[in-house]
Amino acid sequence: MELCSFLTLDSFITDPLTHDFMRKALLMSSLVAAVCGFLSSYLTLKGWALMGDAVSHSVMPGVVVAYALGLPFSLGAFIFGVGSVALIGFIKQKSRVKEDTVIGLVFTGFFALGIVLVSKIKSNIDLHSILFGSPLGISLSDVKQTIFISLLVVILLSIFRKDLMLYCFDPRHAKTVGINVLFLHYLLLTCLSLAAVVGLQSVGIILVVAMLITPGATAYLLTDKFDNMTIISVLSAIISSLIGIYISFWFDLETGGSIVLAQTFIFLFAFLFAPRYGIFKLKKFFAGYK
Amino acid sequence: MESINYQNFRIDAENICVDYNGKVALYDANLRLKPGQICGLVGMNGAGKTTFFNALTGFVNISKGKIRINGESVRSAQKDQTIAYVPQSEGIDSQFPINVWDVVMMGRYGSMNIFRCPRESDVQAVKDAIERVDLTDHLSTPIGNLSGGQRKRTFLARAIAQRASILLLDEPFSGVDIRTEKLISELFIQFKNEGKTILLSTHDMIHVREFCDLVLLINKTVVAYGETSEVFTPENITTTFGGISPDFLFGPES
Repeated sequence: MELCSFLTLDSFITDPLTHDFMRKALLMSSLVAAVCGFLSSYLTLKGWALMGDAVSHSVMPGVVVAYALGLPFSLGAFIFGVGSVALIGFIKQKSRVKEDTVIGLVFTGFFALGIVLVSKIKSNIDLHSILFGSPLGISLSDVKQTIFISLLVVILLSIFRKDLMLYCFDPRHAKTVGINVLFLHYLLLTCLSLAAVVGLQSVGIILVVAMLITPGATAYLLTDKFDNMTIISVLSAIISSLIGIYISFWFDLETGGSIVLAQTFIFLFAFLFAPRYGIFKLKKFFAGYK
Repeated sequence: MESINYQNFRIDAENICVDYNGKVALYDANLRLKPGQICGLVGMNGAGKTTFFNALTGFVNISKGKIRINGESVRSAQKDQTIAYVPQSEGIDSQFPINVWDVVMMGRYGSMNIFRCPRESDVQAVKDAIERVDLTDHLSTPIGNLSGGQRKRTFLARAIAQRASILLLDEPFSGVDIRTEKLISELFIQFKNEGKTILLSTHDMIHVREFCDLVLLINKTVVAYGETSEVFTPENITTTFGGISPDFLFGPES
């Protein structure tokens, strides 16, 4: 049955759209992907991949506590996300332990706390959906939260687009001309926490860091202009989400994993065939035939 | 007692100390520069040259002492775009996806509105600055595709576009081609005539003799400071470089 309808591309795309949960999943995941993709350019250029990993794992106890108390889970996640960064900064400053070690030990500590809390707080928390995401089972209140947070992040990033680029590129110059670098630092961290919060619904806590770095890395291989990098990053994130959800629908695969895998394949494609920075440098290849 | 008119000094750093988490990087350092003066900042790696720059731009806080820029605080100097910093080649990510025009435009950010929308005057300032460093043919070249010298000129153009009256240059001559070196030294003379104040760090002793009216020798603190002809002596240099003979550093004087 499934194989038959598979034969036409048309039904491959339209059939899932007859399901309400699929329409919702496709829309929400695209929105989340766009937000994470937007932020991704900044994180990859700033070199905050590990920071992204830390923040996204650290939100775990926040999500659990918020669920238990009946609060919006984004609030709990946000507090623990920012808290983890503050703690990393504090320990780094007050001890001789190297930064990457501090990041690693803080986020695993928070993550472990989250897992322990889940086992202790006997509620209807679905550990699986927190860890691996559940874009197909997203509730109405989650939809509202996601839209609100996504808009907030997009507006913040849009307003401070150029300042954040300058902050990533040359913070010293930013400071010299009177731009508030500390504010930009925390703005980027706030956006990171918020993006992790919405991203974890799509692909779960464990894989959300991929949403935050892979699209940016892909775009970085494809362009030398920052604005283009942002556009490519957002587009590749959205396309990966759509591909991932369709694939997971037709082949009955874990959705979050499929989305991230789609992103990874797009990155590998850019890695091999990017015109200027790919291994095979297509531009040169074609130029040789002229 | 005669009161000093601090307005006369572009830079007036008094007994400044900087420490990073209790580790002293610079202590009791003094520096006074007037408009039109070019001062060389000479010292070993880790002697506090970059720290000195960071203190003047406000990138790090000083733990002691006082800095006045045109008689005012560092904070208001930042607001007034008074100081421009030209980074060391290693200090920037040359693979950042940005072109010459956009880097130079960053020199105008501080005086733009919050969205950093360039006005006509900003566009003109950027155009003029790029012309002065002879990069008009490279407006949309990504900085990753420039040579070391061209990249240095891009950042110099950013400082020019900023219209700062004080320029801090970290190793302006390291890793640049002869053409760029010549262009930079011509610009220095123009800046001097425009009344700008320049503080530059360098490893190259010949450049100090060539351009610098004053020299500041540092090794965590000021070893010697004054007119280049008086202060830039083999003895002082040896002290600055921890006992290494100047002959070893830049060859015997002939």
